[in-house]
Amino acid sequence: MLYIVQTALELGFLYALVAMALFLSYRILDIADLTTDGAFVLGAAVSVTVTAAGHPILAIPATMATGACAGFVTAFLQTRLGVPSILAGIITNTGLYTVNLMVMGWSSNVSLLKDDTIFSLFRKTGIGGAWYDTVLAGGVTVLMAVLLVLFLGTRLGLSIRATGDNRDMVRASSVNPTFTITVGLCIANALTALSGGMVGQYQRTADINGGTGIVVIGLACLIIGETVLGRRSILKGSIAVIVGSILYRLVYAIVLYTKVVPVEGLKLVTAFIVGLAIAAPALRSWAAFQKKKAMAGKGGKG
Amino acid sequence: MLSLQGISKTFYPGTINEKTALSNLSLEVKDGDFITIIGSNGAGKSTLFNAISGVFYVDEGTITLGGQNITYRPEHKRSRTIGRLFQDPLKGTAPHMTIEENLALAYLRSSRGNAPFSRISKKDRAMFRDHLSLLGMGLEDRMGHPVGMLSGGQRQALTLLMATLVPPQLLLLDEHTAALDPATADQVLKLTREIVARDHITCLMVTHNMSQALELGNRTLMMAEGKVVLDVEGEQREGMTVQDLLEQFKAGTGQQLDNDRMLLS
Repeated sequence: MLYIVQTALELGFLYALVAMALFLSYRILDIADLTTDGAFVLGAAVSVTVTAAGHPILAIPATMATGACAGFVTAFLQTRLGVPSILAGIITNTGLYTVNLMVMGWSSNVSLLKDDTIFSLFRKTGIGGAWYDTVLAGGVTVLMAVLLVLFLGTRLGLSIRATGDNRDMVRASSVNPTFTITVGLCIANALTALSGGMVGQYQRTADINGGTGIVVIGLACLIIGETVLGRRSILKGSIAVIVGSILYRLVYAIVLYTKVVPVEGLKLVTAFIVGLAIAAPALRSWAAFQKKKAMAGKGGKG
Repeated sequence: MLSLQGISKTFYPGTINEKTALSNLSLEVKDGDFITIIGSNGAGKSTLFNAISGVFYVDEGTITLGGQNITYRPEHKRSRTIGRLFQDPLKGTAPHMTIEENLALAYLRSSRGNAPFSRISKKDRAMFRDHLSLLGMGLEDRMGHPVGMLSGGQRQALTLLMATLVPPQLLLLDEHTAALDPATADQVLKLTREIVARDHITCLMVTHNMSQALELGNRTLMMAEGKVVLDVEGEQREGMTVQDLLEQFKAGTGQQLDNDRMLLS
């Protein structure tokens, strides 16, 4: 049982970075960024390849830099070339498939055998004992959350938030939305790639299909967290993505362990939950309208 | 100060909807001028403001502000020196950000140059409080509340504060009190007056209220069909009544002043 909790915590922290990226792109910038799936695999591929070359620590900034590049392409397509934002993400994502294969040396998966990873290096320091994986994953994720919260209080961070909140205002207040969207998407995809990079070293492998559906899982984590903690402030939102991600991995681990739902069915369940959660406001107003109509009908007859 | 030389703008050229919104319009605004602008529906008042603030580039003519040619300067760069308020109070503030964050955004952009990672300090926060208390709306005690929870009047007053926190070279007010209830409108107008006078801000204000147009400021323009048809200031303006204004308009354009909101007010 403890093992399940430990694994859930580790994976929860590692994948929380994807939810954090979506918090920035989807919640704050109000853009559905579908680059996520490809950026995640890109992170894993770069991380594992660079680690295999003997530079596990260098691999981390490298993943973030490549992720930011992917974000930049998506942002460029939508802000400068007028490609609708969802399509821009899909186009980048499609192109990334080839790029990712190329990074992995034209192979659909690469593995690390005895190479040192950041996890094995961290283990040697002795910090965290048997929980060293958890401590490192948690440390990186919490650090990123703190940096994100601090960043969103700066001039540039406030401009990014205003861009997603009120485009009319932004135009009148010397914020260049092209710039803020670009910066926002670069950071979001750097976070996604970092997640992929950490997971790659953690699992000692990168797979070309490892990112399929990661955007929906990330949204699920975001929504679970917001349901538990509410979505009022930036600080709360940043904590919520971590909590949501851990809860999601706990449920995942329990399903895996108890086999209540076949593991193959979990993506369908996730998709269903996310679809329902995002549809909730529309469903609520539909229900309210039906109720009103029913009441009016009764009143008319009576 | 602000100089418009022969600016023209035609929307949808070459189509059935072609509309000349500004037609060879020239205007010299002096430093410290407070100009009120009136005109029929579709006279080009808002288009004039959009041309000055860079929502679109003009087809012809040049725009100079403070000695600099800004004709082809993009909108977000002009916004550093031009403050704007719209009729819709929802347009000027970010609803999910707090009062303090909205003010911080407005303040940091114009006071700290280009430093992207600048943050507000305790001193800035105290300064925000002082300014908010001047509005007399109790907003200084609600700085952590999201702006979306404020009323239209409060939001418009906050927008005014944001636009003038660091005094702009030019302030454009596009019927900024028209969507508010009369009492709130008066309050926001009073604040506008005080702030503009206090900081000697050069200001252009579109209004549909003729008596207000004559009462406020030092100069009044009337627009029709994308041109300035009447420009009065000084003694000539002092003794003017609304009736005089209407007659002058008729003499200038050969038609009645036609503005649906004006008839009601």
